[in-house]
Amino acid sequence: MIRYLALRFAGLAGVLLVICAVTFTIFYVFPADPALQACGKSCTPERLAMLHHQMGLDRPLWQQFTDYLVGIFAGRSYGSGPLAVQCHFPCLGFSYQNNMPVWDLMMQRLPTTVSIGVGAALLWLVGGVTVGVVSALRKDSLLDRTMMVGTLTSASLPIYFTAMALTVVVVQIGGLLPYSSYVPIAEDPIGWTKNLILPWVALALLYAAMYARLSRASMVETMAEPYIRTARAKGLPERTVVTKHGLRAGLTPVLTVFGMDLGALLGGAVITESVFGLPGLGQLTIDSINKSDQPVVMGVALLAAFFITFANLVVDLLYAAIDPQVRYA
Amino acid sequence: MAAPPLTTEAAGSASAPAGQSPWRLVGGRLRRDPAALAGLAIIALFVLMAIAAPLLTALNGHGPNEFHPEKIDKALAGAPKGAFGGIDGDFWLGVEPGTGRDVFSRMVYGARVSLLISVAATGVATVVGTVLGLTAGFAGGRIDTFISRIMDMVLSFPQLIFMIALVSVLPEGNRMLELVFVMGFFGWPYIGRIVRGQTLTLRHREFVDAARATGMLRTRIVFREVLPNLLAPVLVYATLTIPINIGTEAALSFLGIGVRPPDSSWGQMMSKAIDWYQVDPTFFVVPGVCLLLTVLAFTLLGDAFRDALDPRGAGR
Repeated sequence: MIRYLALRFAGLAGVLLVICAVTFTIFYVFPADPALQACGKSCTPERLAMLHHQMGLDRPLWQQFTDYLVGIFAGRSYGSGPLAVQCHFPCLGFSYQNNMPVWDLMMQRLPTTVSIGVGAALLWLVGGVTVGVVSALRKDSLLDRTMMVGTLTSASLPIYFTAMALTVVVVQIGGLLPYSSYVPIAEDPIGWTKNLILPWVALALLYAAMYARLSRASMVETMAEPYIRTARAKGLPERTVVTKHGLRAGLTPVLTVFGMDLGALLGGAVITESVFGLPGLGQLTIDSINKSDQPVVMGVALLAAFFITFANLVVDLLYAAIDPQVRYA
Repeated sequence: MAAPPLTTEAAGSASAPAGQSPWRLVGGRLRRDPAALAGLAIIALFVLMAIAAPLLTALNGHGPNEFHPEKIDKALAGAPKGAFGGIDGDFWLGVEPGTGRDVFSRMVYGARVSLLISVAATGVATVVGTVLGLTAGFAGGRIDTFISRIMDMVLSFPQLIFMIALVSVLPEGNRMLELVFVMGFFGWPYIGRIVRGQTLTLRHREFVDAARATGMLRTRIVFREVLPNLLAPVLVYATLTIPINIGTEAALSFLGIGVRPPDSSWGQMMSKAIDWYQVDPTFFVVPGVCLLLTVLAFTLLGDAFRDALDPRGAGR
């Protein structure tokens, strides 16, 4: 188990390292000189040269990359002498736009994204799995068919379409909820909920549909297994057969997908955030890309990749707990 | 050489009654599946619409980039005059707020862009994924490890963020082509993994061993013996990838880094609509319904393919 964990963590670090290198290449090699952008309109050659030095851009590329890596774990200082700027752990550089540390910028935005992601995830997990399991148990009934047509449609709805339609119907015509904005949960839990209901529902409609289809397919397959017949034959009540024997095996595939989806969502629900105008990581990404603010884009990309790979790891470990067939040596 | 019985996921020759080829059997199953037919009909409709775009716009008399200032209300910041976004006998689906361009014409031309990009991107992903998956599965050893690692790596990228970032730093060029390759690049590992898995199970099947024993060349074995047996899962997966790509293209255009104006795509129309949806809901409903219908149609068709190609029958 320890050996397995160590291997997995090494793998995780490897993936992040490669992503880091790729991001670095994309954002530092391709575009125009970042110092020129930071320099602004009234730029003199001296000031540009100084900025180059300050940002470490006058050093060889591989050295810039190692500096960046070291900065993440140990912090670093930009420039030298009296002009040096200290960047503390975990240092992902400074935004070109407002000179804020990238880490702080991201941490400001993270609560919004987490609020959207976790809330929606709970909603779609419960909703989707319930629909899927009920459908599977009543396979080929009218209810099953109706629900499957419904989920197919709901899965085909583009999120921005759902978002706009919900806003028009619920907010504009119905007047039931306020136009979405972000209120921190600590300040006003009720306001937080009210503001996030629409984004949650919009996201959940899309994902729940996929989960319903997935859990239905998986449950149908599981309930046809011989051990389910055995469980029934030894006289267990149907409820126990379904919950104890069926769900456990039937829902394992759902878990894998759930981990990956939630991980991906925590890196920024780009579209949802931009439709509802919520200041999360996704918004930050779009803003930074539009303004060529490379350190921020790189920071967000790394954080998002971390969430995805980490979620994968957690899922694999949970697998062992749920499914006794999968035990790691 | 006729394809012998396959793995459980592949084509349905195992249960084929004598005298019917597996593909004909599948065709028969599809013809009896209302969902497949509905999907096919919707797709055919949109494809025809895209092909006949110049004809259709000639019919209603408004080009996709013709401005009609008389149709919008300057006093209301450019909101369309008339109810439902300015729908009338002349402008069948109303006009675009702010410019007065005909929504119907833009929708028809948008279909071209949306379908072309998503199908082409799926093509790129399918070809690359099949070639690399086949190579990994058949070669095994180090080559397999190498290709598999690359696939894992690409899959753990936050895709939308990287697509946005890549498209935004790519040099000014043919944006549609760039979108196709960027979307294809992030899509191939999904198909690659499936193809690799299938190839692994096929590699040591009797008919492949037999071919090897007759001294057939490796490339010939791959193309003549293994590849035909992969067509079914690849077809299913490709069909199900198209709707995902339609969504991605729309999302990228929605975020302002898709096709450039004056080209129109459904996603771009949606992105324009976000500023107007409270005043003029018709404007977002049109591209939204188009997106919904095409995605739904391709998903229905893909599901139907999978059921029809499943040797366990269409009962799942």
